[in-house]
Amino acid sequence: MTQFLQQIINGLSLGSIYALIALGYTMVYGILKLINFAHGEVFMVGAYTGFYAAGALGVAGFEASGRGFPLYLALLVLIVAMAAAALLGVAIEFLAYRPVRSAPRLTPLITAIGVSLFLQNAGMLLFSPNPQRYPAILSEVRFELFGVIVTNIKLTIFAVALCLMLGLHLFVQKTWTGRAMRALSFNIDAAKLMGIDTNQVIRSTFAIGSGLAAAGGILFGLDQITINPLMGVLTGLKAFVAAVLGGIGSIPGAVVGGLLIGLAEQLTAGYLSPEYRDAITFVILILILLLKPEGLLGVVRVEKV
Amino acid sequence: MSLLELHAVDKIFGGLHAVRAVSFQVEKGAIFGLIGPNGAGKTTLFNLITGVYTPEHGRISFAGKNIAGLKPALIAERGIARTFQNIRVFRTMTVAENVMVAGHHLHKASIAAAMLRTRSYERDEQALAKRAQELLEILGLAELAGEVAGSLPYGSQRRLEIARGLMLSPELLLLDEPAAGMNSQEARTLNEQIRFLRDQLGLTVILVEHNMAVVMNVCETIHVVDHGETIAEGSPAEIKVHPKVLAAYLGEEQPADEASS
Amino acid sequence: MRAVIRLAVASAVLLAIYGLQFGVEAGFTEYVQRIILLAGINVILAVGLNLINGTTGQFSIGHAGFMAVGAYGAAFVGVQLARPVHAALGSGPFADALIFNLALLAGALFAGISGLIVGMPSLRLRGDYLAVVTLGFGEIIRILFNNASFLGSATGYSGNDPSGLPAYTNFFWVFAWATAIVLLIHNLTFSQTGRSLTAIREDEIAAEAMATPTTRLKVTAFAISAATAGIAGGLFAHMQAGVRPEDFRFERSIDMVVMIIVGGLGSISGAILGGIFVAVSLELMRDLQQYRLVLYALLLIVIMIVRPEGLLGTRELHQLLRRKSPKPAPRKTEGA
Repeated sequence: MTQFLQQIINGLSLGSIYALIALGYTMVYGILKLINFAHGEVFMVGAYTGFYAAGALGVAGFEASGRGFPLYLALLVLIVAMAAAALLGVAIEFLAYRPVRSAPRLTPLITAIGVSLFLQNAGMLLFSPNPQRYPAILSEVRFELFGVIVTNIKLTIFAVALCLMLGLHLFVQKTWTGRAMRALSFNIDAAKLMGIDTNQVIRSTFAIGSGLAAAGGILFGLDQITINPLMGVLTGLKAFVAAVLGGIGSIPGAVVGGLLIGLAEQLTAGYLSPEYRDAITFVILILILLLKPEGLLGVVRVEKV
Repeated sequence: MSLLELHAVDKIFGGLHAVRAVSFQVEKGAIFGLIGPNGAGKTTLFNLITGVYTPEHGRISFAGKNIAGLKPALIAERGIARTFQNIRVFRTMTVAENVMVAGHHLHKASIAAAMLRTRSYERDEQALAKRAQELLEILGLAELAGEVAGSLPYGSQRRLEIARGLMLSPELLLLDEPAAGMNSQEARTLNEQIRFLRDQLGLTVILVEHNMAVVMNVCETIHVVDHGETIAEGSPAEIKVHPKVLAAYLGEEQPADEASS
Repeated sequence: MRAVIRLAVASAVLLAIYGLQFGVEAGFTEYVQRIILLAGINVILAVGLNLINGTTGQFSIGHAGFMAVGAYGAAFVGVQLARPVHAALGSGPFADALIFNLALLAGALFAGISGLIVGMPSLRLRGDYLAVVTLGFGEIIRILFNNASFLGSATGYSGNDPSGLPAYTNFFWVFAWATAIVLLIHNLTFSQTGRSLTAIREDEIAAEAMATPTTRLKVTAFAISAATAGIAGGLFAHMQAGVRPEDFRFERSIDMVVMIIVGGLGSISGAILGGIFVAVSLELMRDLQQYRLVLYALLLIVIMIVRPEGLLGTRELHQLLRRKSPKPAPRKTEGA
């Protein structure tokens, strides 16, 4: 039983990270009907920005002296990474996606794959292809709860993810930009006709999604300890599957999907075999697209003929 | 028995009741008009008949057999051809190729035969090309056979859609706004072509159209829908003066003393 | 009479390829020969993939999986057949040729069947979803091979001989198969079936309204495409000492996509040019692997922005020589 609870805790924390990344996919797809293949790489860049920022702020020194990285510096690292990722996301949108926005659907898809590939390999050239150990921005503290091992890192993941998701929810419901984002996802042409500056809203969407992914990247680094330039490929794909599972275009769907994928992966690794932890995500993808392509919380789209 | 019968057909999209208990019958050899203001549900009815949508309730029978909910390709095989409101020719293919695509029933050779270019394959190709040429001649498109379809003017593209549909050897032809964008001369030619299709080729035609010069001249029976519901059916003379039809198109008449001075 | 002429032409072509082989083996270094062989294999991959991605417009990005199935299948069957065939026919070149081609056909069959299995559920999905699902299937196939102990798992399969798989692949077989496949695919593309596939690409709804059996054709094209990737896989396998899952990662699928995008999605001659381009650039940038992929990535992006139709678009080389047909007016895509 405790083994099961352990897997649940691990699955939910992993799932929270997937949810943060999935939100970016779902928001962009909701508006542009585009799978932002490069989003996984933004997650990776966020993780690396955290890595270098923490290094610049002297995390190694704190680690060595055993004092622990100060909380305000950790927050600074988070903010810097989120900001850098937001900039990257907006740049990608402007340079690669905007020029092909009106092209037939295949073209932006190929462009997105190209951007993803570019960032992966640029990452390998810039950051070194070898895995790096993630700095202890948070020093690990373990404690036991009903026989289950919980670390402060897991709790942090829950806390940060929850705060960010709540923040997003408030943003989308209460602010003007948030409402505009929802309008665009219903009907982008009508939104334009209503005088909404769609380019501005799209930029914001990319910026927010990328920022969330970067937060996910730092949390991932803290949780998994190592990072490498290709980390965005598999994790990005899993987060995309999460978005599809929950219903692509649906923000609550991304959260639900993320948590479910995280759980499925952990339980598969724990009870079936660690070899198949990645495969289970693909199996879920295939099943959901065959059985309920609009996802758990999504809406069926009717095509006008 | 009518060629096409719709009985109490309903189509609902989420919250929108697009078609509400619509019934009508189209006799073999008729030229039948389907009119109504924009958004009335006319193209939806075409989509229901051709299998793009499945009705929530009701029956659609063609030549006595129920076709509601069948796949579009199957319905096309059974003898119902259509054109599209937004013109859907195969833009990068030539005019002749567009028509030949619809010739599946003339072309029985297998994929293997195609890859190996067997004699039976060549025979089928020739028969198909010949038939396509005949149809292009009927629609006055013969000299354009080698042109890329997307480069044609809209009027020619609409005629191409008809030629393509005729390749199916249909019994029923659904024309969705064939006169859109035509001037009065072209509309008159269209009227002749529609009559030709019925008189010389034995087709039954259902026409969705806004151009009243065409509708009133060529249709024998007209069925009027508004907001998804039937509001009138009759001959052109009857429909022209039908109060509900006028109200739907022109709005209710206001009492004289409310007119602003 | 027709059959006799065809047989004569085919024999002449095969003889020509055989003759070329002597020239190539004598005139070029091993290094260059390998590039030439890879170019030929790429041509098969590109022309096969182009059938589904280009002609039919269904975007599949997991084709490395089918190549893997063909590679493993051919390798395995080849090893199993070696003993009985050699027992019956001795160990000369004729026996080898028989084993090799039977193995290739077996690989193609396995690949085609896996194409059916993947295609049937997937081809109902819209463009971007189809891409992701095929990517997923490609990865699943690779993971399966990675965990299949009887096929060597991660170390790969190299048959029973300590020196690895027999090196059946040579210039003649690669280019004989390439010529055959290009011819067959060309015939298919310019036939009623090809027209139907193009119609599906242009407007699937209109194609259906014209009685085209869209699902059946899409799945069939997918299976044929997978089978050709299987032949390429089998040829590739017998150039290496063994077959490893490593050789069929997602990067391999991307290489194939680059081949057909550069040449022009929908053009057979474009696919051939693209296949050669990738083989050559692969070798030229062998030491600069990372830069090669960065280059491909930039190429994809720039081509999409500047000239999405690639080198030739949907036209063939021989069409360029005739009067250029006017470009169709651009159309804003609708819901589909």
